[in-house]
Amino acid sequence: MIIANREFTSRLIIGTGKYRSYDEMRSAHAASGAEMVTVAVRRVPLDRSSESFLDHLDPSLQILPNTAGCYSAEDAIRTARLAREALQTDLVKLEVIGDQTTLFPDNEQTLEAARVLVKEGFVVLPYFNDDLIMAKKLLDAGCAAIMPLAAPIGSGLGVQNPANLRIMREQLPDATIIVDAGVGTASDAAVAMELGADAVLMNTAIAEAQDPAKMATAMKLAIQAGRLAYLAGRMPKRLYASASSPLTGVIK
Amino acid sequence: MQVYVNGESRELSGPISLAELITQLDLPAARIAVELNRTVVRRGDWSKTMLQDDDRIEIVHFVGGGSV
Repeated sequence: MIIANREFTSRLIIGTGKYRSYDEMRSAHAASGAEMVTVAVRRVPLDRSSESFLDHLDPSLQILPNTAGCYSAEDAIRTARLAREALQTDLVKLEVIGDQTTLFPDNEQTLEAARVLVKEGFVVLPYFNDDLIMAKKLLDAGCAAIMPLAAPIGSGLGVQNPANLRIMREQLPDATIIVDAGVGTASDAAVAMELGADAVLMNTAIAEAQDPAKMATAMKLAIQAGRLAYLAGRMPKRLYASASSPLTGVIK
Repeated sequence: MQVYVNGESRELSGPISLAELITQLDLPAARIAVELNRTVVRRGDWSKTMLQDDDRIEIVHFVGGGSV
C-alpha cells in the first residue's frame, strides 16, 4: 500500500488511546506489525510537567496526527497546521465530528477542511460516512486516501453496511480505501478487507481487548487473510446446495 | 500585560517573547507547537515574536488517541 510515495507493508494502522499502560500499548503495537500509528493533538497542561507521549512510541513508527475532537472545519485546519509544525509531517487524519452521541463525521465540514489542507500541501486522509458520492468529492479535492467508517467510533459493531464498501471499491478501483472505526474483533477486520479495503484503522478493538497484544496479532492475521481472500476472488453465493463430489458412481 | 495561554489568563511583565514565555512555563520545546491568535508561529520565530496585551496563545502536544 502506498500513501504519499511511502510504501507500507502492513495494512493495519492503529491508534494510541485507551491502553491501560504504555507497556501494554507498546507490546500491542509490536504484535500488530503496524507501521503507522495515529496520535491526537491537545493543549499542553500548564500546571504540571508533562513528558512527551511520543517518547513511548517505537521511533520506527510513522506518526499520523489526527484532528480528533474537532467539530468544525476551522478547528480541524488549525489542529492540522499545529501538528505539522510540531512533527514536520504533512500527513493528517482529518476528522470533523458532527455529533457527540454518535461521533458521526460532519461530511460537509470535512470536505471544506480537506480542500483547504490539500491546497496547503497536506496529505489528507479523511474520516467520513461510508458514502460513495462523498468519497468521490474527497478524492476530487485531492485526498491521498479515503477513510469510510465501518460503524460508530469505539462501537465494535463491525462493518454495518457491507454493500456501501463494496460499491465504493467497485466504483473507485484506484482509490486507497482505509476502513476507519467500528471494528470490534478479528472477523470484522477480515470482512472489511474481503470487501476490498486497502487497509483498516482501529484503536478500541485492540486497546479494550482483555489481552491487547493477542488481539493485535489476531488483527494482523485477519487483515492478511481478508486481503488474500479478496485477491483470490470468492465463490459466488448460492441459495441451494451444490455437491462437491461427483453425482455419478455412487454404490447402489 | 494579560495574555491567555490555553484558555487561562496569565499576568506577564513585559516585554516578553514567545520563546521566553515557553521557558517560563517550563515546557519541553521539542514536539510542541504554538499558535498565536489562531496562527501557527514557526519554532524559528518564537524568539522574535513579542507578546502583546490580550494575546491568545495555544500550546499543544500529542496524546494517545485513535479517534475523537
